Amino acid sequence: MLQIGILSTSGGKQLATLTVDPNSTLKELKTQIHRLKSHLYPDRQEFRQEPRGKGLDESKTVAALGLKDKSKLYLKDLGPQIAWKTVFLTEYAGPLFVYAWIYTRPWLFYGEDAASQPMSQVSHIAAICWVFHYSKRILETLFVHRFSHATMPVRNLFRNCAYYWVFAAYVAYHVNHPLYTAPCQMQSYIALGFWAVCELGNFSIHWLLRNLRPPGSKERRIPRPTKDPLTLLFNLVSCPNYTYEVGGWVAFTAMTQCIPAGLFAFAGFYQMVIWAIGKHRSYKKDFKDYPRGRKAIIPFVL
Amino acid sequence: MSTPKKAPRVLSLPAKAYLVLYNVIQFLGWSFILYKMVDHFTNKGLNVTGLWEQVEIPLLIFQSAAVFEIVHSATGIIPSNVGITFAQVFSRVFLLWPILYYVTETRDQFGFPLLLIAWTVTEVLRYLYYILNLLSAVPAILQWCRYSFFIILYPIGITGELISCYCALPYYSITQEFSVLLPNKWNFTFNFYYYIVLVMLAYIPVFPQLYGHMFLQRKKILSNKKQD
Repeated sequence: MLQIGILSTSGGKQLATLTVDPNSTLKELKTQIHRLKSHLYPDRQEFRQEPRGKGLDESKTVAALGLKDKSKLYLKDLGPQIAWKTVFLTEYAGPLFVYAWIYTRPWLFYGEDAASQPMSQVSHIAAICWVFHYSKRILETLFVHRFSHATMPVRNLFRNCAYYWVFAAYVAYHVNHPLYTAPCQMQSYIALGFWAVCELGNFSIHWLLRNLRPPGSKERRIPRPTKDPLTLLFNLVSCPNYTYEVGGWVAFTAMTQCIPAGLFAFAGFYQMVIWAIGKHRSYKKDFKDYPRGRKAIIPFVL
Repeated sequence: MSTPKKAPRVLSLPAKAYLVLYNVIQFLGWSFILYKMVDHFTNKGLNVTGLWEQVEIPLLIFQSAAVFEIVHSATGIIPSNVGITFAQVFSRVFLLWPILYYVTETRDQFGFPLLLIAWTVTEVLRYLYYILNLLSAVPAILQWCRYSFFIILYPIGITGELISCYCALPYYSITQEFSVLLPNKWNFTFNFYYYIVLVMLAYIPVFPQLYGHMFLQRKKILSNKKQD
């Protein structure tokens, strides 16, 4: 059994001295600390060998890190954490309810007489599409996705929610406005068809990715097309889920012919390009046999 | 205003000569504006009426010319960050044209002399500093002024700017100028009145950050001097 001194990364104060088995993992140490300091639940803890060093992998053992008797480890408090699931549910429920509320044409946005005025068919369809999209996201968060990290910092929640909720209000305000002008029906129906394919495509990719990783494992494998034809996009891009997502929003914009929807689609596109490039690079780094010719998000282009 | 230069950059001679020329022209322009402003206050006392007419032409010319600084930072001949430079120049040009120039009511109110004082003193100091910095000849007193005056000039300036924006609101509410209304084919709206409100609200998060940044710079630069 070894004595390990635990020091705080801020100030270097000694927080505790733990008696540990050299074969115990850092994860087990975190549980010990949590027993001593009830506010420091494990997800909030990060061990480091230097105060400003890199966070250590909690599955590593004390022995593997070369720690001996009287060694020191630094502990960083990551601040209040929130589960990824909670984040996503809040982020996605907001736009759903905000849009649905503005769909009813509240006096707050449109004045007293707005609700009684006629509404174009496209505005009804758009509301259904929007609600469907976010309901699908919520259900996927609850039942489909497997998350690699358990938590994230609370402050991200406010920033992300502001983005989703404000944009939802911005788009909803225009599409549900009494003075909204619908494009020609042909355009809307074709765009609606395209949107439906993209939603289905996006789900197919999420389903494939779920089945790629056995439950409880953090194993990573190269995603490849399955019998589902919508997954063939994997032959061309690393992140077809993002491709379909962007496609869906472009379709929604074409269906409603609404610049605010276009701005929302563009903002999403911009962020997803960044994520896709990151993922693409990390695939290429982790897998020596990663298929060449795949782009990150736009086939043949990016 | 912009982030300070550290060690003199390795500039080609034409670039350096150009920057010296640019800064000299700005220094002279803003000195002239400062002179006209002081002249007005000495003759008319603390009276706003007529102040705009005294400074209008040089103010429009020399403040608008600051857009060149965005190009300077984009091309790298000055070390400032493009985004920050853009934001700073944009806020000045926004106050200058759609607020002060367009809405005549804003020239007769208390906010205008406040911002004018802040802008002229800041710019005269800043451009003089840049000239001497390019020639590696900044006297300690000038450096102290540049990193100390902001402490009162920033709050005075933004107070003047916010008051001026607020005075312009009724005009845009009534005339709906620069606004795009429904119905239209692209279902797009832009309400300039709300845009001004948004700009005013943006001061709340942005000002503390810029102010705090200047204090950090001050600490760094002025304590370095002491160690020499």
